[in-house]
Amino acid sequence: MTEQSPCGRLKILLGYAAGVGKTIKMLDEAHELKRQGVDVVIGYFEPHGRRDTIAKAEGLETIPRRKVPHRGTTFEEMDTDAVLRRHPQVCLVDELAHTNVPGSERTKRWEDVQILLGAGIDVVTTLNVQHLESLNDRVRDFSGIRVRETLPDWVVKQADEVVMVDLPPEALLNRLKRGVVYAPEKASQALQNFFKESTLVALRELALRQAAHEVDARQATQEAVEASRPAAPESGAATPFTTAETTDRILIHITANPATAALVRRGRRVADFLRADCFAVFVHRESVFRDLPLAQREAVERHLNFARNLRIETRLLQGKDAARTVVDFARLNGITQIFLLRPQGASWSKILRRGLHQQVVRLAPDMQVTIVAERRHG
Amino acid sequence: MATERRPDPEQLLRQVQAEEEHLRRGRLKVFLGYAGGVGKSFRMLDEGRRRQERGEDVVVGAVQANPPPEVEALLRGMEVIPLQTLAGVPVMDVETILRRHPEVCLVDSLAYNNPPGSPNPSRWRDAEALLETGISVIATVNLQYIEEQLDKVERITGKRATETVPQSFLSTADEIEVVDAPPEMALQRSGVGAESPASSASWEHQLSELREIALLLAAEVVDHQLEAYLRRQGIEQLWSTQERILVWITPHSDAAAIIASGRRNADRFQCELFVVYVSQPDLPPVEKAVLGKNLAHAHDAGARIEVLDAEDHVDSIIRFARVHGITQIFVKRNAQQGLWDRLLGTPIDRLIQAAEGIDVRVFPQ
Repeated sequence: MTEQSPCGRLKILLGYAAGVGKTIKMLDEAHELKRQGVDVVIGYFEPHGRRDTIAKAEGLETIPRRKVPHRGTTFEEMDTDAVLRRHPQVCLVDELAHTNVPGSERTKRWEDVQILLGAGIDVVTTLNVQHLESLNDRVRDFSGIRVRETLPDWVVKQADEVVMVDLPPEALLNRLKRGVVYAPEKASQALQNFFKESTLVALRELALRQAAHEVDARQATQEAVEASRPAAPESGAATPFTTAETTDRILIHITANPATAALVRRGRRVADFLRADCFAVFVHRESVFRDLPLAQREAVERHLNFARNLRIETRLLQGKDAARTVVDFARLNGITQIFLLRPQGASWSKILRRGLHQQVVRLAPDMQVTIVAERRHG
Repeated sequence: MATERRPDPEQLLRQVQAEEEHLRRGRLKVFLGYAGGVGKSFRMLDEGRRRQERGEDVVVGAVQANPPPEVEALLRGMEVIPLQTLAGVPVMDVETILRRHPEVCLVDSLAYNNPPGSPNPSRWRDAEALLETGISVIATVNLQYIEEQLDKVERITGKRATETVPQSFLSTADEIEVVDAPPEMALQRSGVGAESPASSASWEHQLSELREIALLLAAEVVDHQLEAYLRRQGIEQLWSTQERILVWITPHSDAAAIIASGRRNADRFQCELFVVYVSQPDLPPVEKAVLGKNLAHAHDAGARIEVLDAEDHVDSIIRFARVHGITQIFVKRNAQQGLWDRLLGTPIDRLIQAAEGIDVRVFPQ
C-alpha cells in the first residue's frame, strides 16, 4: 500500500460524549501555543452555544467559515482553502468525524484535515470514540444506536498523538442537567439516547481502552525504530511468549450478505490490534463480474468500497468453487487468518454439511479461520 | 436472556444499610495521573474553584510544596488550611479540617506518608477520616504509588515507591478521572532530560508505558462501576466493552501453540485470557499427561484456568462464554471425525452455530 505520509502533525483529543470538555481543552492548548509564540488559528470550532466555550475562543484568530447553500438553507463549513492560504503553523479543527454538507468539495471533515496535514499544517482536533468505524457494531450492541458519522480507524492510527479527555459520567450528567452542554429540550432528548448512564459508562470504558491501545501501538512503532535498546532486567513474572513475533496476514471474504459490513469492521479491527496486513476478496462464479445480477453486484461493490475506505486491499476473483478459490488465494498470498461470515437462517442440516465456512475450515487446515456471527437485533 | 433476581430480606437489609452509609459518607473523587507534571493538582484545584463558584464550601487540605505558577494562581482564591509540622515534617492538619468541617476538602498526593506521631500513618487514611464524617474529598494520586501496581511500575522504571495507596481505596471512589497528557509534557514539566537527550528518550518510553497502565487501570475501575450499575438495575450484560479471549483445550491434543497464540492476542488486545477445559472422567494415562501439559502451558501463560463440569461440552463452553463476556473463542480443529460427527456435525460445527455474537477462531491441528 503506498501512502504519502503527511508532513503536518495530527493531535486528536479523544472523548466519549459531547460535553466532556474536548473543545475547551483544544482551545486551552491553542492559548498555550500562542503564548509560546506559535502561529495558531481556529479552522473550525463548534461552540454549541456554550458560553464558556465561546469565551475561550476569544483572543484566537478564527478563519471565517465558508457558507454552503443546500436546499434553501445556508450551512457553514470549514474554509479549507482559506486556511491553506493563511497557512498557520497549527490549525484547530473541531469534530473530526463530521460529515460536510452536500455540495462541499470533500465529503468528510477528516478529508479536509488530510489536505491541511499534506500542506504541512499541524492539526489539533477532537473525536468521540463512538465514531470509530471498527467500533460501530459494538456501540450499537450496548447503546442500541447505529452511529452514522464514522471515521476510518487509519486516520486515528496516523495521528501523532491521541490524548484522552476524561470526565466521569456523573459530572457529565450534572453538566447536562445544568444546561451547560445542550439547550434544555435537546438535553432531555439526549438523556434518553447516548446519555443514559450505563451507555456513558460503557463508552467511557471504550474510550479509555482505545486510548491505551493508541499508546501501545505508538510504543510498538517506536520500539521497531529503536533497533538496539538495552534489555530490561526480566523478572520472573514476564511472559514466556513474547520472543518470536509472527506476522499475521488477514483475508476477509466479501459477499453480498448485508452482515458483510460488520465482518469487514471486525476483520479490520483485529488486523489493527495484531498489526497485521489486511486483504479482502470477492469470488464470482460468472466469468466476468459485470454479469452478476444487479442487486447483488451493487451490494458487493458497496462492501468492496467500504473495505477500501478502511484501507483494505481488495481483489475480485473468479471461480466456480468459492471456498476453494478463497483458500487458494490465501495460500498463494501467505495469509494466516481467514475471516468469514456464518450464514444465518439456513436450516440446521444445511449449515452443518454444506456451509462455506465448513468447506474453508476443511480446505485450509494450515490456517486460522475466524467465523463471525453478527448478533441479531430487534 | 434477562434473568430476574429476587434478593432475600437479609440482602435487602444489607443493601439499605449500604445505601445509608453511602449517603452519610462524603463523596470521593480522585484524579489519577501516570506521572508528575501531567496537571493533576491543577485539575483538582480547578474543580475546587468551580464548586466554590457554585456555592459549595471548599477548603484546601493539602497541596504540593512549590506548586507551578498556574496552581499558585488558583490557590490565591481559596481557603487553605495550613499544613502543620510534626517532627519537622509537614503534614495535613486533619483536626483543624474536622473542626472547620467544610463540604469539600482538596487533598493532593494521597500516598504521602505521615511522620510518626500523626493521627494516621498516611494521607489516604486522613482522607478516609474526612469522608467518614461526611466531608467530600477531591484528591490526586499517581499511578506509581498504587500498591497493586508497584511490581509493574518497578519493572518499567526500576523504582519502587515506599509510599502507597491501596487500589481498594481507589475503588471506593465515587468518581475517578484520568488526567492524560502526552509524555513530552510530563518530561518538560519535570525538567528531566534537558541535559541528556538519550536519557530523555528512554524516560519518554517509560512514561508512555506508565500512561498505558494508568489508562487501563481507569478502564478497569470504570468496568467495575458498569457491572455494579447493571447489577443494581437487575440487567444482565449481554455485550462487552472489552475483548476477552477463551481458549478451549482438550486432553486429545497438545495445546502449546494455541495457548501461545491466545497469550499473544490477549497482549495485543490488552485483555484477559481464559483457558477452559470441560472435564472428562476416566481419561487414559496418555491423555491425562497431555492434559497436564496443556494446563501447565495455560498456567505459564498467565491465563485464568477454568474447569467446567458438564455433559454437553459445546453447551457449557457457550454458557461460560456468555456469562464471562467472551468475545473470541479459540479452538483447535478436530483430528478426525467419527460417525456421530458426520451425522450431527462436529463439536466445532455446533460451537460455531451457537456462538452468535462471539467470534470463533479455528486453529490448525
